[in-house]
Amino acid sequence: MQRALALPAALVALAEIGARAHGPSDSIAPPSAVVSALLEALADGSLAGATRDTLVSAFGGLAIGAGLGLALGVMLGSLRPLDRLLEPTIELMRPIPSVAVIPIALVALGFGYRLEIAIVAFACVWPLLLLTRAAVRGVEPRLIEVARALRLSPLQRTAKIVAPAALPRIFVALRLAAGISLVVAVTVEIAVNPQGLGYGVMTAGQALRPDMMLAYVVWIGIVGFAFNAALVLAQRRLFGKAAGVEAAR
Amino acid sequence: MTPAPLIAFRSVDLAFGDHLVLGKLSFEIGRGEIVCVVGPSGCGKTTALRVAAGLIAPTRGEVAFAGAPVRAPRRDVAIVFQDYSKALLPWRTAAGNVSLALEAMGTPRGRRRERIDALLKRVGLFAFADKYPSQMSGGMQQRLQIARCLAQEPAALMMDEPFGALDAMTRQSLQDEMLEIARATKATIFFVTHDLEEAIYLGDRVVGLMPHPGRIGIELSVDLPRPRDQVTTRESPEFLRLRHKLYDFIHASEKGGRP
Repeated sequence: MQRALALPAALVALAEIGARAHGPSDSIAPPSAVVSALLEALADGSLAGATRDTLVSAFGGLAIGAGLGLALGVMLGSLRPLDRLLEPTIELMRPIPSVAVIPIALVALGFGYRLEIAIVAFACVWPLLLLTRAAVRGVEPRLIEVARALRLSPLQRTAKIVAPAALPRIFVALRLAAGISLVVAVTVEIAVNPQGLGYGVMTAGQALRPDMMLAYVVWIGIVGFAFNAALVLAQRRLFGKAAGVEAAR
Repeated sequence: MTPAPLIAFRSVDLAFGDHLVLGKLSFEIGRGEIVCVVGPSGCGKTTALRVAAGLIAPTRGEVAFAGAPVRAPRRDVAIVFQDYSKALLPWRTAAGNVSLALEAMGTPRGRRRERIDALLKRVGLFAFADKYPSQMSGGMQQRLQIARCLAQEPAALMMDEPFGALDAMTRQSLQDEMLEIARATKATIFFVTHDLEEAIYLGDRVVGLMPHPGRIGIELSVDLPRPRDQVTTRESPEFLRLRHKLYDFIHASEKGGRP
């Protein structure tokens, strides 16, 4: 761990030396200036407000998109005819980059949370839908036969067999979607939406404050890291045993 | 043999596409009888069990259970699968796995614990109630599956090569435990195996199937006294005579000729 930290430390030192040697710039700033800009933004509350805006959109979009994807994935994974019926529609919509939806969403919803949440939700539906569908289909066929032998109702089968068998894999999809949600939220903010961390990066750049711009970028990295770490922790808490069982087989 | 059969195959045909797996299969299993079905691989013995259990529908003919045609699995018919590790829920403990059958049966929550304890005791797993299947040996996992099946209070047990994947010692103790369970519950048992000695040791009757398509090649009554004993029963002249006959039959049917 200590050795692995040597490289980033050396890079930061090099950046410090390089940026100072280069003199004042509109695009780069020495790390020391970035740190002081970060402290400044933390102190005046602008960073906290922007973080809240971005996280509200990311979480909101994630919840809606993941919920929708999960429900659709369970249905399509367990009902083959429905899957065949919807497959062309899904395969046509899935490749649309979420960024390409921005203009449509902007016309329909205007600036603000709703715009951003809608686009994040659009981006988060797909990983949940595809991976849930695969997880539901991948449930051990013998267990489905056990459900048949015991004459479980479709609801009982879903609750007692399919969901617990598929849940660990679904949670992996959720982590994937969580990463996507943050990226898309920041992207929407950089592209059009005047709020949040992405907008902070843009305004700092336009104000010719490379130190502040880089401070926002560093902060986005920290937020993303914390976001993922929290989900990993939740996954261990929730599926520690099941994950261990999966690995043992 | 009792006059009214519990399970009756009535000229059952089963085809997968053009391939006829079972052809005009007819035989009966009496109430409380233990019938072991043997045969070379591909003779359709597992398929016959799955038809009788209602997991697959016959192409022609029917299987009657207590006089009524079988169209779907029934709760009073329990199926013991060979691959116990796949048939158990890995995220539930031993108690939880037995509970699944009780939940399916609609046993009230308050009465489950008592039933689970009794069933786990019966298969010698009471001390392992809180263990997960992955923490158990193969023999214990198969005992657990049997306990779950007994929770259904089945009139008939369909056992598909249940001890095939176990080592010889474990297999013998499970054979004796199964006979004890059959004696105590009076359950009818349809037992598929590829182990001829196991078939004779357990069965009241042994049915040998021939392949292409699966049909009856031999039926032997096993008139060995019960309770049976792993040493003396297997040494008795009658056991050896039956074993000889069965081996000759399997050898001949594997070559494709009629015995």
